[in-house]
Amino acid sequence: MKKILTSLALLGLVVAGTAAIAEEEHNAAAPTHFPINEPKEMSWSFAGPFGTYDKAQLQRGLKVYKEVCSACHSMNLVAFRTLEGLGYSEAQVKTLAAEYTIHDGPNDAGDMFDRPGKPSDHFPAPFPNEQAAASANGGAAPPDMSLLAKARGVERGFPRFVFDIFTQYAQGGPDYIHSLLTGYDQTPPAGMVIPEGTHYNPYFLSGVSLKMPKPLSDGQVTYDDGSPQTVDQYSRDVSAFLMWAAEPHLEDRKKTGFRVLVFLLLFGALVYLTKRKVWAEVAH
Amino acid sequence: MSEGHSTYTPKTGLGRWFDARMPLPRLVYDSFVAYPVPRNLNYMWTFGGILSIMLVSQILTGIVLAMHYTSDTTLAFDSVEKIMRDVNSGWLLRYLHSNGASFFFVAVYIHIFRGLFYGSYKTPRELLWILGCIIYLLMMATGFMGYVLPWGQMSFWGATVITGFFSAIPLVGNWIQELLLGGFAVDNPTLNRFFALHYLLPFMIAGVVVLHIWALHVVGQSNPTGIEVKSKTDTVAFTPYATIKDAFGMIVFLFVFAYFVFYLPNFLGHPDNYTVANPLKTPAHIVPEWYFLPFYAILRAITFNIGPINSKLGGVLCMFGAIAMLFLVPWLDTSKVRSAVYRPWYKLFFWLFVADAILLGWLGSQPAEGSYVFMAQMATLFYFAFFLVVMPVLGLIETPRRLPNSITEAVLEKKNKGAGGHPAGAVSAPETKG
Amino acid sequence: MSATDIHDPNRRDFLYIATGMAGVVGAGALAWPFIDQMQPDASTLALASVEVDVSSLQPGSSLVVKWRGKPVVVRNRTDKEMKDGAAVSLNDLKDPIARNANLPADAPATDANRTTPGKEAWMVMVQVCTHLGCIPLGQEGDFGGWFCPCHGSVYDTAGRIRKGPAPENMAIPVFKFISDTKILIG
Repeated sequence: MKKILTSLALLGLVVAGTAAIAEEEHNAAAPTHFPINEPKEMSWSFAGPFGTYDKAQLQRGLKVYKEVCSACHSMNLVAFRTLEGLGYSEAQVKTLAAEYTIHDGPNDAGDMFDRPGKPSDHFPAPFPNEQAAASANGGAAPPDMSLLAKARGVERGFPRFVFDIFTQYAQGGPDYIHSLLTGYDQTPPAGMVIPEGTHYNPYFLSGVSLKMPKPLSDGQVTYDDGSPQTVDQYSRDVSAFLMWAAEPHLEDRKKTGFRVLVFLLLFGALVYLTKRKVWAEVAH
Repeated sequence: MSEGHSTYTPKTGLGRWFDARMPLPRLVYDSFVAYPVPRNLNYMWTFGGILSIMLVSQILTGIVLAMHYTSDTTLAFDSVEKIMRDVNSGWLLRYLHSNGASFFFVAVYIHIFRGLFYGSYKTPRELLWILGCIIYLLMMATGFMGYVLPWGQMSFWGATVITGFFSAIPLVGNWIQELLLGGFAVDNPTLNRFFALHYLLPFMIAGVVVLHIWALHVVGQSNPTGIEVKSKTDTVAFTPYATIKDAFGMIVFLFVFAYFVFYLPNFLGHPDNYTVANPLKTPAHIVPEWYFLPFYAILRAITFNIGPINSKLGGVLCMFGAIAMLFLVPWLDTSKVRSAVYRPWYKLFFWLFVADAILLGWLGSQPAEGSYVFMAQMATLFYFAFFLVVMPVLGLIETPRRLPNSITEAVLEKKNKGAGGHPAGAVSAPETKG
Repeated sequence: MSATDIHDPNRRDFLYIATGMAGVVGAGALAWPFIDQMQPDASTLALASVEVDVSSLQPGSSLVVKWRGKPVVVRNRTDKEMKDGAAVSLNDLKDPIARNANLPADAPATDANRTTPGKEAWMVMVQVCTHLGCIPLGQEGDFGGWFCPCHGSVYDTAGRIRKGPAPENMAIPVFKFISDTKILIG
């Protein structure tokens, strides 16, 4: 045991030393590691072992997506029928789906046609294909948002990723999206070159700036429930909504998980007692 | 040990009828009931059983996932997401399978390190050890091909990089790579053959596992003292003693596994694999699954040409060499004493080797730049030195501690020593073995 | 072991039984997701209704739409077909139950019960033979209805089984006319 501890301590020293060496002198105007700023850790209702989605927040997030993001970002994997998970009734989902026009076909005459959406339809994409999306957005197609909250995350680094196991930190995606959306309007350090047609954002994962201009501004989306109509609130809500879109079964997962762990704990205790009993007469 | 006479006596007429025609119950009885196991096995010896249930779990979840998965590049990603969203309990089965792969490797690494610590590879268990190494190789192939199936960015680029290893082989390298890919790049033919092989290999693993257990039952289990079983008092019957202990080990392991599946299902994965594969855009950092990271670090550590061998081929050779070392271990270790418990110097180097492997793993996850490269080179050097220098030399010059005469003696010694602090018959504490 | 038996047999038995029971419960719970995943998934269940435009169907013609992966025939019957269907006595029917999902389960298989009130010309029916699932051919066989070429089941103009190995009348799905020219199936 002492040896393990010694070895681990040694390893820790080596790693810490490396990390120190790796922190080479920082040049603020020409950073080499991104994001420049780490995402801010927010408190989310769906974090932790008993986390659940805040349905009102998800509905607000959906509104932000519908009124702002969906102009450029598709959400191909999400079907209207699943919006019942946001607390809508079946009838509300039907109405919501019918607001969309779905390109369908071919009909018996062989023609494509437009029809109102049904709950079984998925969110229609704003662009017919990726090339169209790219050419309409300065060469970079806006990513699909269905899985964005799981497809983005800033590396946590040693030793934080070890602590994350115990704190169950799994909100890297929403934290990142929220930080990015609220990270515009900052002045880049003197001397930093911002490529033309891009926007400085110190929270962006893969560079100093990104093609997407600041998408949200205060008061842009009207909330009916009296929540503050600020960029910060919009960003929180849409991040939570995107987490739901990426992981619709999260609540079910955590609930099942709790039952499984409690069962394993009890079963484990029984097996342990049985084991003691079986081995009681045998020195080992 | 198992060549000894069988003690199975069928109690019923049907049992005797069966036994005369196909003695399967006898085989099961002799292998998993009456089979004698050393009485001093600690919890490190429960990982064989844990690995068996992980293999079964992977095969079962894999089969049901295959019922919903589509191995076509235009559909693969969406079909996995359909499993996650629409299929009943699909999210659970998929997370069990993806995290199951990781925990399969967790268990196999503990199992391998246990073997290295207690000298389980030493004569007469060389073949047992080599069969284990073959299982490990098959697991790596299976894990790699399985990771390609969701057709995310890491799937695609991982496949590109790993099949790229083969292009380093002189003369025939490019031909072999194209043969593996079924084209000039990773594409639909690659995905289809990987799916077919990913379905096949686990059954090959199961086959080699049977050989592994067969070999084990011929030579018998090793034990923490490394002293062979000498008399009946050294052993207990597999059932109930080992069975119940294995069961407890399994439940503890499953608890940790379930914790990840239900609370941190994406902790061991990479966010980029939730973006569909794009052959025109490489992610900023390509990293393999965590269980390949030490070897990945070794691959990248070779940044220089060695004589006629260029750095690319050198890296690939070192990486495969690192795995090949395991196969040679039975002959590299020259020590007459089996268990590290009685080898103070080997014990020290063993733990340094564990630290080195973890360090290599961490380096494999970091970008290959600056001081990381030098550190990876040093760690690689130690990795090989452990096998090629420490193991042969230490066996010749080390003075081992006094060995007990038998397992029974060791057990009683420990019991008497521990009588002050522990109640008699308390559970063996594996941590005291380290 | 025998020592334990003598001292405290009940406690020992209880522990072993409880452990065994817990194991059985755990194994049972674990089996559920493996069975559950075989059931139709959420997207399959969601596609359970289809709208059909029947404005172009003249008497004596039919169209087929796919509903839940099966063909549903919509037939605008001729006067003769309707008359033939209505003339059949219930006693002549092999299966006297209407098999109409829009009616109670025990409704008799009259021609009227095989259609919708006011729309007696229209047959809307899952065109799958109740024998072993083949697709019968329309307007064939002894009764001018449907004939299954696989094993020779013969249905009349109301889709009722009259001859052959099939046990039941062809099923009528849940449907309704949402206008004079539009049918919603499912």
